Amino acid sequence: MLPAVFVGKRMDPQKALLRDLKRAERRRRLIAFALVAPLFLFLLVFFVLPIGDMLRRSLVDTELSEVWPRTTALTKVWVWDRVSEPTPEMYRALAEDIRQSAQERTIAVAARRLNYALDNGRSLVMNTARELRRQTDEPADWRARLIEIDPAWGDRKTWIAISQAAGPFTDYYLLTALDLERNEKDKIVRRPPERSLYLQVLGRTLLISATVTVLALILGFPVAYLVANAPKRIAGLLMILVLLPFWTSLLVRSAAWIVLLQDQGLVNDMLQALGITSGPVRLIFNRTGVIVAMTHVLLPFMILPMVATMKAIPPTYMRAALSLGAHPAIAFIRVYLPQTLPGVGAGVLLVFIMALGYYVTPALVGGADDQMLAHFIAFYTTSSANWGLAAALGVLLLTATAILYMVYAKLVGIGQVKLG
Amino acid sequence: MHGARTRTEQVARIVLIVAATLVFFFLIAPIVAIMPLSVNDSEFLTYPLRGFTTRWYEAVFSSDKWRIAVMNSLLIGIPATLIATVLGTMAAIGLSMADFRGKAAITTLLLSPLVVPIVIVAVGLYFFFAPYGLTQSYTGLIIAHAALGAPFPVVTVSAALASFDRNLARAAASLGAPPLMVFRRVMLPLVAPGVASGALFAFATSFDEVVTVLLLGAPHQRTIPREMFSGLRDSFNPTIAAVAVMLTLLAVLLLVVVELLRARSERMKQQSAVF
Repeated sequence: MLPAVFVGKRMDPQKALLRDLKRAERRRRLIAFALVAPLFLFLLVFFVLPIGDMLRRSLVDTELSEVWPRTTALTKVWVWDRVSEPTPEMYRALAEDIRQSAQERTIAVAARRLNYALDNGRSLVMNTARELRRQTDEPADWRARLIEIDPAWGDRKTWIAISQAAGPFTDYYLLTALDLERNEKDKIVRRPPERSLYLQVLGRTLLISATVTVLALILGFPVAYLVANAPKRIAGLLMILVLLPFWTSLLVRSAAWIVLLQDQGLVNDMLQALGITSGPVRLIFNRTGVIVAMTHVLLPFMILPMVATMKAIPPTYMRAALSLGAHPAIAFIRVYLPQTLPGVGAGVLLVFIMALGYYVTPALVGGADDQMLAHFIAFYTTSSANWGLAAALGVLLLTATAILYMVYAKLVGIGQVKLG
Repeated sequence: MHGARTRTEQVARIVLIVAATLVFFFLIAPIVAIMPLSVNDSEFLTYPLRGFTTRWYEAVFSSDKWRIAVMNSLLIGIPATLIATVLGTMAAIGLSMADFRGKAAITTLLLSPLVVPIVIVAVGLYFFFAPYGLTQSYTGLIIAHAALGAPFPVVTVSAALASFDRNLARAAASLGAPPLMVFRRVMLPLVAPGVASGALFAFATSFDEVVTVLLLGAPHQRTIPREMFSGLRDSFNPTIAAVAVMLTLLAVLLLVVVELLRARSERMKQQSAVF
């Protein structure tokens, strides 16, 4: 392409050059964007959308309205005020819905959904369906008939539960994830302790993550300091010792800890040989095992950013402080430590974020009381198929992670992520 | 006073070295401790050792279960690594080429699989794939692992490009090389170590990933980590220790290769600094 100055009439050559430069710049930007687009779209479709869809599921509640369309339509808040007695039509609709969904074999869906909200929801629905299959007549008074089958149908609480599950949107799952529920007056109240679980799980998740983070910081700091200040050759060797566990399979490391911490394991043998304990101590399949194994797994993620930061700290400040007469301990605390904070912050956030979502390690080396949020999310997805609750717990975990990731991005900068 | 100071420093130094040594022991000892048990002539995974045997390794090599597990791991890991590496390398080059609007947000998104809990990704994909019958399929697992591995090439190639001298590409272009040739003959050889180590990170991620396999995989799609997981839960026996040793050797190999690649790109950086 000829420069514009030779082609056009008379043009300011400077302007032409500028225009050409601008065009080239635009082209570069376009190519750059075209190169980024494939991964961007890939992650948009297979990463962002599925997670978004999961979040949507925590708010959507159409299970009951799909199998019991008539009843749910009549119990929606704008049709029934939840204070007056359920109308005869509501009872008739319920009977028709139960009969039809029993025929279409979708009754189990309704039973499951009502069981989330009512203590005996499942048996109430299934028993009623069985009775209605036996009694094929059409009574004039469905209310009396249904209450005869199970008095719970005369209870306004039952109808409020149906009404609250009528969809299409619900805060039921999110409230459950926070151990809250709506009472008969539609007020949000705390769940009774025997039906509360998730705040405790959230607390446990945060507590385990925090403990692991603190331990990793305490263990990681001296190692990072030594690696950062060692001569190059030795530092390289020491780095290998940090990186080897980093590359070793998570499952291998869990296996190793099971072997070491079991009742006949080396650690217990040693404790007894040293006379610290008289018999084997339970160290695995409980909280101790989870914390030890998770600290081991996450320790490299603490050490690596700290090494990077400490390597960049110029020794002159410390020397200056010392030469001015500061006690070495004071100089270390007042001069050196503050300069390590970016690395410490990065390591702490990284380890805490990663610990929050842990599933495999607690599953392998923890007991029933050591399972973290991730366990319950997986459990409600596969084993008990309460997708709404799985999604709501996912929202909880993702929110915690996202907030910390934002803090990380703000403090450390996304571009600073380095590997190995 | 001076003597006191050096004395404090000496004590501090000894404390530091002792503390760090203990931590290094904590990091390495568990991985080493499991190794002798893989050649121990006993059903039990306990010390003291009873005698040498190779039967646990023979059991692994002759079992269909582990052969299938290796095949499944490769069937999922290799395509996932290819997708992650190609897309990730392209994205890293694009990000380094020019500034455009939303670049910071896009970078955050591209790297977010590193921090989003895997269980969230797995559950999201479970709901997402279910209507299309992609749960319990290789395609679903390959896609999941590609998404989880993609940030690694982005990071490593970006790092390689940060030290790449743009003038080399300009020189090639000014001598008449078309853009694709500039990429293939000038840029790629220089960023190759970054591409390779990104690919290794992505492969290692897939090769050790068990949560998506547990949630999305079919009962017959048992990969190596999946077999390890159920082995550790149900019947922890010395064959698991034998597999663990082999996986550790693989980890050592990966570590060495990645470190060599890093050394290579450091050397190249220094060389190009000479010009």
